[in-house]
Amino acid sequence: MHEMSLCEGIMQVLEDQAETQHYTRVKQVWLEIGTLAGVEIEAMRFSFDVVTRGTLAEHAQLHIIETPGQGWCLPCAKTISISQRHDPCPGCGSCQIQITGGDEMRIKELEVE
Amino acid sequence: MCTVCGCSDGATRIEGGEHRHDEGHDHAHQHSHAHGHDHGHDHHHYGQEPARAHAPGLSQARMVQIEQDILSKNDRYAAANRSWLATRGVLALNLVSSPGAGKTSLLTRTLEDLREEIPMSVIEGDQETTNDAERIRATGARAIQINTGKGCHLDAHQVGHALEHIDPEAGSVLFIENVGNLVCPAAFDLGEAHKVAILSVTEGEDKPIKYPDMFAAAGLLLLNKIDLLPHLDFDVSRCIEYARRINPGIQVLQVSARNGEGLDDWCRWLRLQREARQIGHAPTGSAA
Repeated sequence: MHEMSLCEGIMQVLEDQAETQHYTRVKQVWLEIGTLAGVEIEAMRFSFDVVTRGTLAEHAQLHIIETPGQGWCLPCAKTISISQRHDPCPGCGSCQIQITGGDEMRIKELEVE
Repeated sequence: MCTVCGCSDGATRIEGGEHRHDEGHDHAHQHSHAHGHDHGHDHHHYGQEPARAHAPGLSQARMVQIEQDILSKNDRYAAANRSWLATRGVLALNLVSSPGAGKTSLLTRTLEDLREEIPMSVIEGDQETTNDAERIRATGARAIQINTGKGCHLDAHQVGHALEHIDPEAGSVLFIENVGNLVCPAAFDLGEAHKVAILSVTEGEDKPIKYPDMFAAAGLLLLNKIDLLPHLDFDVSRCIEYARRINPGIQVLQVSARNGEGLDDWCRWLRLQREARQIGHAPTGSAA
């Protein structure tokens, strides 16, 4: 349940960027959230509405792009797709996997004015 | 630091330092917030600023590429903490577990066992009360309590302020006892050298796969309360297998803070980590 803190993090970035990028209102926000990032998307939407109230991003539309989980299987020496951290490699069944993608939490772009 | 960092969490309290920080936080927050809002309001209605004026009737909406991590601000504070700690050769460990896994007991025992040998201090994180910091201080170690209020984890900004208060001595070990929670603290880098996860055998052995983020982030797992194993159905080898499934490189030590079993290995790990940290950080006065 740290989605509220994450949304506060988003607000900080939006407020910081408002000065450097010269905008005063945020109308839409695109986030990239990996399936392995441990983020509950619905909780994120709820928190975003709460946190943006009374700010330059009030009523902004939130778009969440979910990125798939990816790992590097050491025994197979290749990239595989995974949906959970404890998934074994679909090829060899090994759990010697390094997560290489799908754990990101990024603000991708904004529509502002 | 408060005047430049735009403190945002008014509910946080740091106890045990020279002054309370919460008033400064609230002030900084309200000020910057009101400013941003008024500014936006004016601009939105009147479009007065020449640099940003657009033809009347046309939308001023545009796209801005940001490509920034949501936690980038926390990560910047964490990097500042890490460099502050590195220049002093301080080994900082972020202790994480569910509530009741025995973090504080393990810590008090460690502080008692090593107090003649290693200088140590503690940052305690809890939502409320200063009970844990008081338990730590009873061992003679220096401790500072951060009450996170409603917050479910410590963040790098709170820890940065706590570092200023506690000012750990060069070459010491700093334990940061996070809020008891196996979920949220995983995402927040505090600038520590390692996260140390503590799991007690009174919990389920499948905790590592139920809360994978935490075990993926930890470098060391302490399996605590092993003195209780004879009374439980806890399967140690399965638990370790689960942990390694999440994090193949995780080190696991079986310990009991109560009867001292396995603590020799934990102390040895601490000594070695501290020594490694001090390479290149010779104490003042000796040759660098």
